[in-house]
Amino acid sequence: MGLGLGDFVTTKLDEAIGWARKYSIFQYPFVTACCGMEYMSVACSHYDIDRFGAGLPRFSPRQADVLFVVGTISHKMAPVLRRIYDQMTEPKWVVAFGVCTCTGGFYDNYATVQGIDTIVPVDVYIPGCPPRPESVLDGLMKLQEKIAVGRQRY
Amino acid sequence: MDGPAIVARLTERFGPAVRETHAHRGDHTVVVDRAALADLLRLCRDDPALRFDLLMDLTAVDYLKYPGREDAPRFEVVYHLYSVPENHRLRVKVRVDEDDAVVPTAVPLWPIANWFEREVWDMFGIRFDGHPDLRRLLMYEEFVGHPLRKDYPVSKRQPLIGPRT
Repeated sequence: MGLGLGDFVTTKLDEAIGWARKYSIFQYPFVTACCGMEYMSVACSHYDIDRFGAGLPRFSPRQADVLFVVGTISHKMAPVLRRIYDQMTEPKWVVAFGVCTCTGGFYDNYATVQGIDTIVPVDVYIPGCPPRPESVLDGLMKLQEKIAVGRQRY
Repeated sequence: MDGPAIVARLTERFGPAVRETHAHRGDHTVVVDRAALADLLRLCRDDPALRFDLLMDLTAVDYLKYPGREDAPRFEVVYHLYSVPENHRLRVKVRVDEDDAVVPTAVPLWPIANWFEREVWDMFGIRFDGHPDLRRLLMYEEFVGHPLRKDYPVSKRQPLIGPRT
């Protein structure tokens, strides 16, 4: 194929795959603390996360592609989180839900991990204690934009 | 039995081992010597008039920076007892020094003391003599130090540990 036709095909294929991926998010809700309440309210009918295609939580890391880390991560929990992240298959994204996962929140102490980005790479940070469901949906939409522009390695 | 009667019963049995007693708004406390602690707790549980069958809490206090207690022993181990049949409460305290921070275990009397004593070991470094499995409860095993002591800086970070295997 000449004249860049190959690039045209792969670009359109990238877009199609990105579009498909962003509207079929299988989340792993790694819920440890109070942010779980807001996660539940986002997942339920009023602030429906299912209309974004993200309504099916998969409680196995092998079957999930987005890891929602919801709630405070303590130092005792940190190796577990890392192990769950390692068990997920590519492509995977991580959402830091709530300010405890973004920066440690107001737990500036010996027991809390000061931001999960010290353990796993994070794609979207949703601050708030807990974040309003509208914030969560905004973060989810930003994640969808990030997923849509993801390129494949052919 | 009301508070003063409970305290009187303990002082009549243990005499000088009960160092001091005080009451605040209806809560009665006895401070005992460590040597008499195991017997006193057993009496509290088994005596037909006292019948303290519930260990509500087992915790410790660090008086390192407390004004007015510089020459007193550093730690105090506190037992909160409650009796379901009699509906009365008691607080038992034991003072321990930091270089001799050992206290007899309450596990044979109340099995819940197992986790309470693990937490006190983890947070304060007070050992419990006779505990079947004294290891950390809230912090991870590789953690160095005892965080709830007053000389542990609150925001001191320790290296992150990775997955074990």
